[in-house]
Amino acid sequence: MSVAPPLLTVEGLTKSYGGIHAVRGVSFALQAGEILALIGPNGAGKSTCFDMLNGQNKPDSGHVRLLGEEITGRKPREVWRLGVGRTFQITATFATMTVRENVQVALISHGRQLFNLFGSAPKFDRGEAGRLLELVGMGGYADRPCGELAYGDLKRLELAVALANQPKLLLMDEPTAGMAPRERVDLMRLTARIAREKSIGVLFTEHDMDVVFEHADRIIVLNRGTLIAEGSPAEVRGNPQVQAVYLGEGLVYDARHREGAST
Amino acid sequence: MAFYVVQFLTGLASAASLFLVASGLSIIFGVTRIVNFAHGAFYMIGAYIAFTLTERLSGAFGFWGSIVLAALAVALIGVIVEMVLLRRIYHAPELFQLLATFGLTLMVEDLVVLIWGPDDLVGRRAPGFKGAIDFFGQNIPSYDLFLIVLGPVVLGILWLLFQRTRWGVLVRAATQDRDMVAALGVNQKWLFTSVFAVGVFLAALGGALQIPRDAVHHAMDLRIIVEVFVVVVIGGLGSIVGAFVAAVLVSELNAFGILIFPKISIILVFLVMAVVLIVRPWGLFGKPEAAARKTPGLTVNPWRPLTSNERLASLAALVIAATLPLFAGNYALTVGSEIAIFVIFAVSLHFLMSVGGLASFGHAAYFGLGAYGIAFLAKMAGLPMIVCLLLGPLLGCLGAAVFGFFAVQLSGVYFAMLTLAFAQIVWSIAFQWVNVTGGDNGILGLWPSSWAASPSHFYWLALGVAALVTIALRAMVFSPFGYALRATRDSLLRSEAIGIDAKRIQWTAFVIAGTTAGIGGALFAYLKGSVFPDNLGISLSVDALVMVLLGGVETVSGAVIGAIVYKALNIWLVSQTDLSKLVLGGFIMLIVVVFPKGIVGMLEMLAQRRRKSSPPGSPLLAKPIESAE
Repeated sequence: MSVAPPLLTVEGLTKSYGGIHAVRGVSFALQAGEILALIGPNGAGKSTCFDMLNGQNKPDSGHVRLLGEEITGRKPREVWRLGVGRTFQITATFATMTVRENVQVALISHGRQLFNLFGSAPKFDRGEAGRLLELVGMGGYADRPCGELAYGDLKRLELAVALANQPKLLLMDEPTAGMAPRERVDLMRLTARIAREKSIGVLFTEHDMDVVFEHADRIIVLNRGTLIAEGSPAEVRGNPQVQAVYLGEGLVYDARHREGAST
Repeated sequence: MAFYVVQFLTGLASAASLFLVASGLSIIFGVTRIVNFAHGAFYMIGAYIAFTLTERLSGAFGFWGSIVLAALAVALIGVIVEMVLLRRIYHAPELFQLLATFGLTLMVEDLVVLIWGPDDLVGRRAPGFKGAIDFFGQNIPSYDLFLIVLGPVVLGILWLLFQRTRWGVLVRAATQDRDMVAALGVNQKWLFTSVFAVGVFLAALGGALQIPRDAVHHAMDLRIIVEVFVVVVIGGLGSIVGAFVAAVLVSELNAFGILIFPKISIILVFLVMAVVLIVRPWGLFGKPEAAARKTPGLTVNPWRPLTSNERLASLAALVIAATLPLFAGNYALTVGSEIAIFVIFAVSLHFLMSVGGLASFGHAAYFGLGAYGIAFLAKMAGLPMIVCLLLGPLLGCLGAAVFGFFAVQLSGVYFAMLTLAFAQIVWSIAFQWVNVTGGDNGILGLWPSSWAASPSHFYWLALGVAALVTIALRAMVFSPFGYALRATRDSLLRSEAIGIDAKRIQWTAFVIAGTTAGIGGALFAYLKGSVFPDNLGISLSVDALVMVLLGGVETVSGAVIGAIVYKALNIWLVSQTDLSKLVLGGFIMLIVVVFPKGIVGMLEMLAQRRRKSSPPGSPLLAKPIESAE
């Protein structure tokens, strides 16, 4: 292993609540510029797994490394400082600020000006805020109150905010949930383009299989807390285990299914 | 040894009433999410009505019947209050609910004096429990033993009620998820009303049972409510077992604290509370507050700095205000100075409450600490006024740094209750530690140096400081720090995810607000020439809340206008009527129910409607400053 360490390495990640193993020994890696989808049926442990990557949740055991540096159990804000942007399944934005101000707050934090008492926030780096908003196609909405945006626009705003610290890694929890089909495709194409241009690694969870198979370079599949498959979209699509537990669940209950489900 | 046993038993007996009141508060909060500030008032009415009834009805049945009857009567009052007042504000922000029930408390305080008079009333002994039992030479009143047994019995009855009845199941379900209970077809209105009635019944029973032990008086509501807040913060809001354990703990700490720190016994309770909050921020038996489904709140216009025209208008208003000494008399100037000082106080709370979303119910603590800081420096160290004014607020800063550190660990109603408890602790110290603070007599003879002694000079000083403070805090609202603070208010999740350390930001804001309030307090000490424990009392804290609310909690300049209007109104009202609390309480409830956006909020809304396209700034700063003249 003389080459540079991968952008993100996850090793034996485990978390249980009471007696329930939400995530069991999950390991995978992600390279810079790669788009990796994490899929699985409801309750598979995707969100738990996701939350442990940026410190929202603490694993019982296992390691998360960013460019070889241990980040397991660090606070979300520390992980962010290391260059990890994050969007949420249910958008989290600052509802009483304008769209531009939402981005400006992230820029202020990135510029370590949080305790600056007498500067002007509305004038803070408007240029960069404008560029980020243009990038996600929100340039025309800069002065709108964030509280009155449509949901799809909020998702795009979150992406702009997540890009504000020039991240190396983007974590996107169901980036297109709640959006119209057309918007979903647009947002993911945009994300993919930005990721390739800036060589950002993207890990996302998603329920919409069209989105997953169109954009992911690689897919990992989680079921009942365990990683059951990993590979290119074609490989995963052809994997009988995945078909059984994920795509064909409930249709046939044969021996093959039982085997697959109980691993 | 026997002495300690007796002390322990006395503590247990006190715990009974405290538990009754605290469990009522907890039950009400669990289901309706309202922290019922008026709970102490219901406790007090319970005691007063029980007093009257026990005087009228004789015999054993008369006494015990009166106690139960009194509690039932108060429960009925509670039902009326719930139906008339609370039903209108269930969906309002929690701050409004706290304020409305506080308004009710104020009204009750005046009503009680009106009906029963201002004197302490000593009630009858309980039939069958008049004597005392000898315990190795120490006396234990047999009524105390009755109370010691009563506490666990009530706990048991409540447990049965919640575990074994249909109503109890509904209440527990609503405590976990009231929206789901409503969705399942339960009539929420009556569930809420019945829960409120039970909670108030428990509070009134607690009050009624106190009459054989303590005199009934018209300030017992605030005393109990602060203890009850401490109990539920330690035990965990919504938990009955927690209320019981914490009531015992707090009562025992009081009973033994008095032996260890006779002067400032409340310190011990405070220390325990601080430890509990650090280890378990939601109390011993509480659960972390589930993220509530957001009720569609009041809409907020994004804030903008003043345009240059608005700046000119504000400056003009300030200049006009500065000409007041040219034509007004000394009384008007004193009133003007007081208003200017309260502008400082209100904008400091606004910074914490509107910008930071942290509604402090004990902000007067830092105002009062600033005032006491002046008193210590001027009287004990004999420093000149200018030095005192610079150093005095540091006491407010220090207090805010210590208490703020603990307070920002919590949020929402827990934050409000904790800040209130802290303020009450500071008040108790000022009140009890007579050697240093002069206790109730205060510290007198603080006169300004000659350069500021005349009313006009002092007015200019107060006005100048108020203008500087307002400008500085306003600049901070629009500074990167101000935005970071608002970010923590809007979404903790998002702010943490973009590298903001919310607790540090909020703590810093708390210290800034506390120090600023201390500046106001320092000037106030010189204006009045004295300091008293009232300078850090609850009613002053609530004044600040009302000023911010009246101006408009979601506006930038609301605090300034709210302070001017409210203070002027208040001074006028006190000169007109003896029942100022009654009027004030009614006024607070009126704002909360029919006028929740405040003056500036309303005007902004009107201005916005008239010219939809232009930004909603606040060109109104000019008007109210003129009205202060």
